[in-house]
Amino acid sequence: MKIREIQDLLQAELLCGNDALDGDVDSACCSDMMSDVLAFVKDQGVLLTGLVNAQVIRTAAMMDMPCIVFVRSKIPTEEMLILAEECGIVVMRSARRAYEACGILYSHGLNSLTGQ
Amino acid sequence: MHEPVKFHFNVDGENFSSAGEASVMVKKKLRQLGFPPDVMRRVSIAMYEGEINMVIHADGGSADVTVEDEYIEIVLADKGPGIPNIDLAMQEGYSTARDNIRALGFGAGMGLPNMKKYTDYMHIDTEVGVGTTITMRVNI
Ligand SMILES: Nc1ncnc2c1ncn2[C@@H]1O[C@H](COP(=O)(O)OP(=O)(O)OP(=O)(O)O)[C@@H](O)[C@H]1O
Ligand SMILES: [Mg+2]
Repeated sequence: MKIREIQDLLQAELLCGNDALDGDVDSACCSDMMSDVLAFVKDQGVLLTGLVNAQVIRTAAMMDMPCIVFVRSKIPTEEMLILAEECGIVVMRSARRAYEACGILYSHGLNSLTGQ
Repeated sequence: MHEPVKFHFNVDGENFSSAGEASVMVKKKLRQLGFPPDVMRRVSIAMYEGEINMVIHADGGSADVTVEDEYIEIVLADKGPGIPNIDLAMQEGYSTARDNIRALGFGAGMGLPNMKKYTDYMHIDTEVGVGTTITMRVNI
């Protein structure tokens, strides 16, 4: 799925990374625990989270995850967006709750990143 | 490569918002040096877990990364409380982190086992009341 489609499906506001919207992802994971993202995620997909701090961006950067979606209308700081831009990560925010956002993406064919 | 490439960082323990900065810098340097994505990812994840640990459990410390011919070595040293029982600390799910740390997205007890998983060599040298030095290597 193109990152652009994720933005459409979640009616998300794009915050940075316009030039990478045509990137492809085939899986996603949703967590507010970066510890679990670091330990369980196996592929480079989308990270959905309700946690807002610089470590969300750094975690995605370490894991080579190309896109972060902040759910529940969370607003990342300017500093976080500068860091994401530097790391080439697309960042968007959606008014959807985490459960809804996951359901929408899952039903449109995005796999689970933890691949149990 | 004859001269090993070395990077040194001080990891600030006062300020959680900067936790992970050194790992981001190292990843950038490794990319400039042209390492394959999987090597970069393994070094990054292992170092990031260790760097966050130094901030949340040990009031910061130092990080030294050396690129040798056959491996990349990461040495994380702190003067924190030390780890009383390494076997216990290495178990998945064991954490002494409190709720304030969990609210920041860490403290699941997965970091040390993850560092072991992503590296080819890991050694923990620790003494209660003195500090902890963790040495990890990722083969190139
Ligand atoms: N540098 C350190 N100094 C002192 N204690 C440490 C250090 N690193 C780890 N520990 C101890 O080992 C435990 C396990 O560490 P580990 O990284 O596996 O989990 P965590 O940091 O608690 O949670 P997570 O890594 O999942 O966010 C910690 O809770 C802490 O008690
Ligand atoms: Mg940890």
